[in-house]
Amino acid sequence: MIESKGHPNRLGLWGWFGGGRWGVERYLYTLHRLTGLGLLTYFLLHILVTSSRALGQASWEWAMGTVSGPLFKFGEYLVFVAFAFHAINGIRLGINELGFGVGPPIEPVYPYRTSLDFQRPLVVGVLLLAAIIVVMGTLNFWVLD
Amino acid sequence: MSEKTLSEITYRIRRFNPERDSTPHWEEYRIPYSAGMTVLDGLWRIKETHAPDLAWRSSCRMGVCGSCGMLVNGKARLACNTQVTELGGGTVVVAPLPNFDIVRDLVPELAPMFDTHRALMPYVIRDDAQEQEHPTGEFWQSAHELEQYLQFSYCIKCGCCMAACPTYATDALYSGPMPLGQAHRYNSDTRDGGFSARKRVLAGEAGPWRCHYAGECSRVCPKGVDPAKAIQLMKRELVLDYLRLHKEHCPAPVAKKPTEGKRRDNIPEAPPPTV
Ligand code: SF4
Ligand code: SF4
Ligand code: FES
Repeated sequence: MIESKGHPNRLGLWGWFGGGRWGVERYLYTLHRLTGLGLLTYFLLHILVTSSRALGQASWEWAMGTVSGPLFKFGEYLVFVAFAFHAINGIRLGINELGFGVGPPIEPVYPYRTSLDFQRPLVVGVLLLAAIIVVMGTLNFWVLD
Repeated sequence: MSEKTLSEITYRIRRFNPERDSTPHWEEYRIPYSAGMTVLDGLWRIKETHAPDLAWRSSCRMGVCGSCGMLVNGKARLACNTQVTELGGGTVVVAPLPNFDIVRDLVPELAPMFDTHRALMPYVIRDDAQEQEHPTGEFWQSAHELEQYLQFSYCIKCGCCMAACPTYATDALYSGPMPLGQAHRYNSDTRDGGFSARKRVLAGEAGPWRCHYAGECSRVCPKGVDPAKAIQLMKRELVLDYLRLHKEHCPAPVAKKPTEGKRRDNIPEAPPPTV
């Protein structure tokens, strides 16, 4: 590896959120990572809260009391929305990352048609499905509850 | 913006001279617009009339050599392949390709990309070294087999895809779309037998598993190479290989010379091969 003496110019996290003019798959990529991190945080908290049972009845009741407020209920709702998106979009990524739905290699003739155009119907389907699940979950969370 | 209404154009350029500056800064230049002007033409004009020390790389002026990749109005593109009018008539904002260190002004340090490219063995690998060194004929390949890699072979190594990739933006260990796309270009070439050798380099965090199909690489590629497609197709091959279902092809044989038929009198003999 040649050591560079240049000025660092790596975009870092700005490469996820901004840094240029991006398309819809880029935002889905970023959202997938963010929701993944959110779910991971939830799982850690979940383990922490439920493990309080090991310390006895009193600490369990204290932990459950702490997480039963409206703020935590809203947090749980966000976890549900993140889960709906992450799971359904994950299926799309699984399909694409196994080389399905991206189209065969083609002769690049301008204006170029990329694999993104091939898999766009899948993106639309995924977003619709995630939206339906979120609407159903929202009713369940806030209206039918 | 139509060409007729445009008489002058403003360039906003990110400048950096390692001998003088500690960080890059922006400078503005106003130059006359001329019909058909590309972003590269404008840079030459600025160099001639305002800033003789402005540095960038370019050579062919026709989207072939791959040296003039830059961030133009927020998108990685070839300066020679981008008309100023395409940008809507406002200020032309030019910065060096991100995700590469800045050597000076608009010159990115592309060496890490080429190191990774070299490590992935971007050439035909075969057992018959004798035939490769002293070829007796062409390797046989059908039109369908050619199509499997032709698209990926149009890559001019401009680095625009690397500048657009969000994974490469946060992960310096990731090989990036250009080298990975080129690894698949050779893996899918029936004349090649280097899949196993490249697989060893592709394993781990430098390999294609870091790519999560944001697709920016394919969106910005000025040659329609579609590295995102190449990477996903390569992942499928690697999964099949893991499941022991990957069909390792024998590298294509040397095509037989035609033995029948007679040359027409008015067609001269081909000159002797030079390589
Ligand atoms: S894949 Fe496209 S954008 Fe990337 S280096 Fe090759 S030509 Fe440039
Ligand atoms: S498809 Fe993969 S290589 Fe291309 S920009 Fe996205 S993450 Fe990077
Ligand atoms: S100068 Fe060669 S690609 Fe632009």
